Amino acid sequence: MVATWILVVIAVVVVLFIVYIYNSLIKLKVRIRNAWAQIDVQLKRRYDLIPNLVDTVKGYMAHEKGVLEEVTKARTSLMSGTKEEKAKASNQITEALKSIFAVAESYPDLKASENFKMLQEELSGTESKIAYARQFYNDSVMAYNEAIQVFPKNLFAKLFAFKIEEFFGAEAKEKENVKVSF
Amino acid sequence: MGMYEEIAANKRRSYLLIFLFLIFITLIGLVIGFFYGSPYFGLGLAFVIGGVYFLITYYKGAGAILTMSKAKEAKKPEHAYLINTVEGLAIAAGLAKPPKVYVIEDSALNAFATGRDPEHSVVCVTTGLMAKLNRLELEGVLAHELSHIKNYDIRVMMLAAVMVGLTVLLSDFLLRSFLWGRGGRREHNQLTGVLIVAGLVLAILSPFIGEAMRLAISRKREYLADASGALLTRYPKGLADALRKIKEDPDPLVDHANRATAHLFISTPFRKSKRSFMKKIFSTHPPIDDRIGRLDKM
Repeated sequence: MVATWILVVIAVVVVLFIVYIYNSLIKLKVRIRNAWAQIDVQLKRRYDLIPNLVDTVKGYMAHEKGVLEEVTKARTSLMSGTKEEKAKASNQITEALKSIFAVAESYPDLKASENFKMLQEELSGTESKIAYARQFYNDSVMAYNEAIQVFPKNLFAKLFAFKIEEFFGAEAKEKENVKVSF
Repeated sequence: MGMYEEIAANKRRSYLLIFLFLIFITLIGLVIGFFYGSPYFGLGLAFVIGGVYFLITYYKGAGAILTMSKAKEAKKPEHAYLINTVEGLAIAAGLAKPPKVYVIEDSALNAFATGRDPEHSVVCVTTGLMAKLNRLELEGVLAHELSHIKNYDIRVMMLAAVMVGLTVLLSDFLLRSFLWGRGGRREHNQLTGVLIVAGLVLAILSPFIGEAMRLAISRKREYLADASGALLTRYPKGLADALRKIKEDPDPLVDHANRATAHLFISTPFRKSKRSFMKKIFSTHPPIDDRIGRLDKM
């Protein structure tokens, strides 16, 4: 009789243990999803702001078509695609925006425009938020990847098919594609 | 992760503070009961007043602190950079909702965070701070404040302030009512009665004030907020440089700060001349040089 009870207790403990591990891994996974959603929110905000910027700038920088076109082109590929494609498009836009603001330095009228200043601050703020969101995303991925690879959680990870997640795109290769044409 | 353990520890401290509060109310109730000849009356009174006081302070405390400090809500486009930075850091910290941002008109360099939890939190900076710090330094300070918010330090500090506030209120009220002749039903000389009760009350008060402050103003948590903030920005030099500038501030006095709110600020908001040895022991903040040193080593 006693033996049966001991077995029951052990079984219950094991089940609780598995539940605990599963839940802790799920929480980490959900955090990654939330983190990505936040990146998406900021990418969308940038997506929405860019037409404003192009319109404001067009009037003053009539000859700078090249720079504006780069941004518009990169923008269209921003909202669809895999995480990797989005990461790449996002980096392209960052570079294109840098060009626009660099070129705008030579147009004092544009620089003085309240609308332009507001857009510049908002876009700059959004770039920062994208960077922060990426940081939080990568932190979440790191915590999750680590959790499913340490012992003993790795055993259960295989059992429940938890896979390693990828970090948000590297910036290395994206500097070659944006040109400033005058 | 250290941060999540810290959050759990702070939630435990919060429950401990509430528990202490309940004990304290009970004891005060018994004292009043003794004075009026009925323990139930005393307890009832204490719990009703204590309960109402707690609810008002806990839920409206942040607002009260902002009003006391004459803080105004930050608005775009005037404070666009400040608001965007706070929102960005909140994203990096994984907060569901960014804290509200307020500004105090004061030339002193200082900042604080308050609220009862991350969803109901506030960050406040002085205009002096925004004027004197560059963007990296401001970010460092804001990241420090956001760490206090994220790890529930603000809740512990709020509850401690509730307890301290109540003890001050009560001791005031009791002493005054005894002095102005609310005589008890006992037959002693009024003065002796007053002295006995006052002594009793104060004897009960001190350990609670002490414990509350000890729990709230742990210097270890300031160091931790410095470290967590540096982790958020990935740039400890930002906060280190900011602290260096704050240290050099000729007039750290924030006009509307007082004993109750002092521990919330990033740097002691009182003049340096008041630094006696006793003040250092009970100082609400660790020495600035220490903090800068630790950040430089990261």
